[in-house]
Amino acid sequence: MATAAAHKAYGTEEEHAGTAAYERAFDAAVAADGRIEPRDWMPDAYRATLVRQMAQHAHSEIIGMQPEANWITRAPSLRRKAILMAKVQDEAGHGLYLYSAAETLGTSREELLDKLHSGRQKYSSIFNYPTLTWADVGAIGWLVDGAAITNQVPLCRCSYGPYARAMVRICKEESFHQRQGYELLLALSRGTPEQHAMAQDAVDRWWWPSLMMFGPPDDESAHSAQSMTWKIKRHSNDDLRQRFVDICVPQAESLGLTLPDPDLKWNEERGHYDFGPIDWTEFKEVLKGNGPCNEQRLTQRRKAHEEGAWVREAAAAYAAKHSDDTKAEQA
Amino acid sequence: MTNTDWPLWEVFVRSRRGLSHTHAGSLHAPDAEFALRNARDLYTRRGEGVSIWVVPSAAITASSPDEKDPFFEPAADKPYRHPTFYEIPEGVKHL
Amino acid sequence: MTTTVPTAAALALGDDALVLSHRLGEWAGHAPVLEEEVALANIALDLLGQARVLLSTVGDEDELAYLREERAFRNLQLVEQPNGDFAHTIVRQLYFSAYQHLLYSQLAAGDGPFAGLAAKAVKEVAYHRDHAGQWTLRLGDGTDASHERMVRACTALWRFTGEMFQPVDGLDVDWAGMDTAWLESVEAVLRRATLPLPEGPRSGAWSAGAGRQGVHTEPFGRMLAEMQHLHRSHPGASW
Repeated sequence: MATAAAHKAYGTEEEHAGTAAYERAFDAAVAADGRIEPRDWMPDAYRATLVRQMAQHAHSEIIGMQPEANWITRAPSLRRKAILMAKVQDEAGHGLYLYSAAETLGTSREELLDKLHSGRQKYSSIFNYPTLTWADVGAIGWLVDGAAITNQVPLCRCSYGPYARAMVRICKEESFHQRQGYELLLALSRGTPEQHAMAQDAVDRWWWPSLMMFGPPDDESAHSAQSMTWKIKRHSNDDLRQRFVDICVPQAESLGLTLPDPDLKWNEERGHYDFGPIDWTEFKEVLKGNGPCNEQRLTQRRKAHEEGAWVREAAAAYAAKHSDDTKAEQA
Repeated sequence: MTNTDWPLWEVFVRSRRGLSHTHAGSLHAPDAEFALRNARDLYTRRGEGVSIWVVPSAAITASSPDEKDPFFEPAADKPYRHPTFYEIPEGVKHL
Repeated sequence: MTTTVPTAAALALGDDALVLSHRLGEWAGHAPVLEEEVALANIALDLLGQARVLLSTVGDEDELAYLREERAFRNLQLVEQPNGDFAHTIVRQLYFSAYQHLLYSQLAAGDGPFAGLAAKAVKEVAYHRDHAGQWTLRLGDGTDASHERMVRACTALWRFTGEMFQPVDGLDVDWAGMDTAWLESVEAVLRRATLPLPEGPRSGAWSAGAGRQGVHTEPFGRMLAEMQHLHRSHPGASW
């Protein structure tokens, strides 16, 4: 989200005899909670980590449109339909902000989309679960967006300026996403017995996958330690997961719904809720591509991109033909 | 750039009259007209603006971090450019 | 001012907006480029907003949207046409927004029951018309392939354009004048886009009528089935 002239990578390490000095300046800036901006010197690994993370985040936003868009045409009231359309639209917007942030490091959106479409870059596994009923829209808003927000709020202070700025905008816009989900579930929970059952079923299916959104336990997380030092990440996976559980338990009570975990109970000593073991086998399987919707999500994404190619080509061709007219008009 | 890859534009939004345009972010568009429209749809959909500028990102010339010191440091030691540098006796008004 | 809202007119305008909004909503996650996801959703949301205001003037918006049978809908057949490729969607937008802009401009200038709504909506619609016009230029005068697709779309939807100028009870506007103005404005955009004005009739050869009489095309029944299914499965529930 910075200027493109400023997007070009700032030289390579070989070009600079004084790499060590740059590195010291970089480390000091990060340690002092300063911000790194696009053309600043940065270690190659920092750059690579950021591009990977921002791209994955952007991909998650646009793939994440699908499970919810699945219900736009069936939304049961016009008010809900408007809310859902606005929300799915926001996700496209957030994808745009994040791709722009990634582009500040010199990787084009086209390149990133290509990596998504060919499976070389990932998106959040949560979107490989299906939305089977209308209540799933509520469960996604409350739990999935809730988990995302827990993850994202600390990213507003991420050491990389463009990422942090994108996240500020996203968090601001996303505050309505979680609330609409909660409100939707509340209406169902307090509605007819069938609606209540629909809400409970959705929460039963989304609870565990939401907990997995925080990533593997700290002792197994491949990238965590380095990302924490670089202040790309501010809290550990397990800390954030615990925070999320603590927030959700009382919210579920107010909803009149139960969370599907018999081990869930307040631990006076820790000052936190204890919760049961997470089934990481499922997490790994979904990550590997064996989730219920992996194939479907990617296929739809590729299809939209391929079917849109003629449109993008046409607009580019028109711009090339008419770039002189525009200048003449402006003169 | 492939033939389907649209160039990048920087978007500046005036949030209300009386304020200057501020950098809001960037986007892709095939040409200036669409850049403006895409900017309107993306960056002002919650009523964030009353005016928009779009600039091709490639048209921006940026100062380099390498020149940071010669560019910006010399300004740091000239406190006499700031009003707080001067001592004025108490009670003197309208200064 | 809004003492009596003519029901037929509120339903005609409201259903147009509702149905087209629904069709545009189907694009979510399928648009040719991310920026266009945002643009199409903005238009869909404007239209849904208009529909809700219009339907609420004559009843409960959800009862009207979800519990009427196909024959009770008064929208134009044009707006219920499936999205097709992006060219079809853009041409549908071009034809409809040119019409809606003329109609709302007249309503906004008058002092009838829709003047207030039309005054707000006409600004939204002006943007929709501009969006469709910009795309028509780029697709018509873009590549050979895009030109070809636009010709096909313009022709395919042409026979739904005559219906727009059938007078609607309760709307005091100059229908014939609007028809002429519509043709001029659409022709001007198509010409700039190097597209021929379609030949052929502007209405179907069927005496049963068209959308304004509650007679719709086959895809509309399926659209409604999808739209209404959940709401109807839970009679009396609130959401």
